[in-house]
Amino acid sequence: MRLIGGLCVLLCYQLAGELVAIFFELAIPGPVIGMLLLLATLMVLGRAPAGPDAAAGALLAHLSLLFVPAGVGVMVHLDLVAAEWLPITAALVASTVAGMALTALVMKWVMRLTSRRARP
Amino acid sequence: MNEAGLERIWVFLAASPLAGLTVTLAAYVIAWRIHAAARMNPLLHPVALSVAMLIGLLMATGVSYRDYFDGAQFVHFLLGPATVGLALPLYRQLDRVRRVIVPLAAGLAAGIVGGLAVAVAVGLALGGSLETVLSLAPKSATAPVAMGVAERIGGLPSLTAVLVVATGILGAVIGVPLLRSLGIRDDAVAGVAMGSTAHGIGTARAFQVSEEMGAFSGLAMAISAFLIALVLPTLLAAFGLPGAAP
Repeated sequence: MRLIGGLCVLLCYQLAGELVAIFFELAIPGPVIGMLLLLATLMVLGRAPAGPDAAAGALLAHLSLLFVPAGVGVMVHLDLVAAEWLPITAALVASTVAGMALTALVMKWVMRLTSRRARP
Repeated sequence: MNEAGLERIWVFLAASPLAGLTVTLAAYVIAWRIHAAARMNPLLHPVALSVAMLIGLLMATGVSYRDYFDGAQFVHFLLGPATVGLALPLYRQLDRVRRVIVPLAAGLAAGIVGGLAVAVAVGLALGGSLETVLSLAPKSATAPVAMGVAERIGGLPSLTAVLVVATGILGAVIGVPLLRSLGIRDDAVAGVAMGSTAHGIGTARAFQVSEEMGAFSGLAMAISAFLIALVLPTLLAAFGLPGAAP
């Protein structure tokens, strides 16, 4: 029962997020707004209730399964991928390497700056 | 064999969402077994294996993606509540986040803007169409967010979903050796880089290295999903891409 109640809470926040996105014509997807609303609620509450925690744990433990139906959609785009395989592959590899390296190096650099400033 | 009986079974399977749902779960279970048997080799990723098996099955039986999705949508739908559920791990890590919030925000901002700029520049320079480039742009966000963003900026959500999965697998394979070669010894920093670039698939890999790397990767995935959704349409407009306005 805890799991069902928790799932219901997640769905309520998703619904609230979708409604906010529609009402204010936001470019942010509804589930992301729902996530922020839930995070704000947890911060006000000061604890994570067991129901939503159990439901989120169950869903996130099998997160990669949820990607499968969307991934099969590549069969609809086989012609496009065949025609544009070079820009797609090159952009994918280059931006993954660049994004990962930039994130790590900038974070490390700023960490060093802020800890040096904090020490004296 | 009873030809008419087989025909009736086939008509039932083709019309019922039961078949699409069942084969999706079955393919994933088989893919997990193979992945586990290969000692979690990141190249044999369960999502990549499941997708390959299902496409083979659909092509062999002549079932369209639309008919398959009638059943598989029940799995796909759960991406929404799963995204909302990211609030819970995020809440549990809140104290650790507060301590590194400035370096974390700087790293994420640099990585998201840099990665996006490289994706758009390389994609357009090598002759990719605008629709393809717009589908590529949100690929570092976790699937539900990336698909939502792609839809709003004029990309193809289903193509984006595939690119998200491909990016995640790539990040999981190259992430750890790349970050070690850059001299990153701090698992918190490596985790943030994995999660912000390779979302849930990178996070699964990070948890194999250490608990700390995994926790920070999950955290970075959640924050960058939000940042990408928030700033991508504006950033694309700043790069002067038409059709990028929401």
